[in-house]
Amino acid sequence: MRDAAAIVGIAQSEYTKWGGLTRCTEYQLALETIVKAVEDAGLSVDDVDGFASFSNDRNEAAFVATDLGVPELRYAGMTWIVGGGGACAAVAEAAMAIATGMASCVVVYRSIAMGQFQRFGRALAGDVAGGRPMDAALGFALPFGLVNATVGMALLVRRHMHLYGTTREQLGHVAVTFRRHANRNPAAVMHARPMTLADHAAARPIVEPFGLLDCCLETDGADALVLVAPERARDCRRRPVYVMAAAEGSGPRFGCGAWAMHYMPEEDYATGNTARLAATLYRTAGIGPGDVDCAQLYDHYTGMVLLQLEDLGFCKRGEGGPFAASGALAWPDGALPTNTAGGSLSEAYIHGLNHVVEAVHQLRGTAVSQVPDAEICVVASGSGIPTSALLLRR
Amino acid sequence: MTRTPYLPPTMPLPAVTEDTRPFWEACRRRELVVQRCTRCASFRHPPAPLCWRCRSFAHEWVAVSGRGRVFTHAVVHRAPLPALEAAVPFTVVVVALDDAPGVRIVSNLVDAGPGELRVDLPVEVVFEEMSPEVTVPRFRVRRA
Repeated sequence: MRDAAAIVGIAQSEYTKWGGLTRCTEYQLALETIVKAVEDAGLSVDDVDGFASFSNDRNEAAFVATDLGVPELRYAGMTWIVGGGGACAAVAEAAMAIATGMASCVVVYRSIAMGQFQRFGRALAGDVAGGRPMDAALGFALPFGLVNATVGMALLVRRHMHLYGTTREQLGHVAVTFRRHANRNPAAVMHARPMTLADHAAARPIVEPFGLLDCCLETDGADALVLVAPERARDCRRRPVYVMAAAEGSGPRFGCGAWAMHYMPEEDYATGNTARLAATLYRTAGIGPGDVDCAQLYDHYTGMVLLQLEDLGFCKRGEGGPFAASGALAWPDGALPTNTAGGSLSEAYIHGLNHVVEAVHQLRGTAVSQVPDAEICVVASGSGIPTSALLLRR
Repeated sequence: MTRTPYLPPTMPLPAVTEDTRPFWEACRRRELVVQRCTRCASFRHPPAPLCWRCRSFAHEWVAVSGRGRVFTHAVVHRAPLPALEAAVPFTVVVVALDDAPGVRIVSNLVDAGPGELRVDLPVEVVFEEMSPEVTVPRFRVRRA
């Protein structure tokens, strides 16, 4: 999979707090953003012949292709890597479709208007009396109040705190650093809202050990990316960003149900389930963590960023907290500027696809908070569940 | 600190399927049972059709003492469901069972006092009837 495809077009809609999108439907926002991404690439919708998305996307590719008037649809993929774990997997599958000749120009998209559907922080309600494996699994979670990701991830991070002495203040460094990045980014929902460590410490508790400012935003917005083969990418309008390596998957026993990821072997508990993917990425690309210039990591919760930093080899197991508190994640002077647009905690929650878009900006040299001469960026999707990750290069 | 029920009976109730029925029926008898593979003798939870270690479908249900230790915990302050508005704050725990090696169970700790909740805290099962059909296992602090 090394350099099998290149990202040549990107687009972001306006981002708002959930409920802020009133001028159009979530679906129209998806279509607008796809059209903008194709224009960014200097291509035509007539060139597009594939789509990829994730997390049971409501905005089905068959409708998208129909309404855009795509002349010939040749690939429509949606990964089974669950929820927010799927953003990088959707990019990987677009690259696979191109590498195998299934399609020649694939758009990856995600549009989420929580105000028009459901806020992600609210519980997974609904019937658990069905016969799907998920229904049986949820029976061991929902009756006990393990009803959303916040509770599930709080349990993982609490174990990390117990094992390694990770502190609430170290979580605060993650929140404050990403907020500072968002304060530089006019597109970020939290652009005008500074945050201090004291604000973080004083925020009302949501699910201990998480307070309000440890939890990602609930927003409305959409992103899209366009991928083509490397030889075609050279003729596109923008500097190509190559999919240097891609990985998706899981260690054992992570996927026992939506919020029920508590049955993995003990050595995997309190990890982000990204270490095996990291090994694949570095082996495929022939590089190591020291070669990575910046990172875009899935920040559904502050503490989960620490686990993923450890998985990716940027610090040792258990040292994510001190690593973050050292200022390593901060633009421009940190050892590893991370979530340079603000991430899900402070830019917008586009299910991790905005992390891929920001990585492309960094490698094009068009980021608001540009890492000087960035050549290689790692992107990782939702940790603590079956997930996916990319190494992108310019 | 103990309140009954710990979480309201309007919470989503478990699906009773062919794979899970023996577990939930045992809870109604106020007994905690765990699946054990009859080929490799390893325990597993939640219930599943086959052993994830040796892939045998043959299994038995073994009653356990219900004693264990808190593996990790979370305290929910913000009700994520309308049914939980009156129940916050409440404690979600993952309990590692003493006599079923490798088995963890997600539940609640119904009586931890302020400052008492911690990883490795010894606990024991208690049962709470949610409906005439469904009884769930929760845990209380095991006191000397």
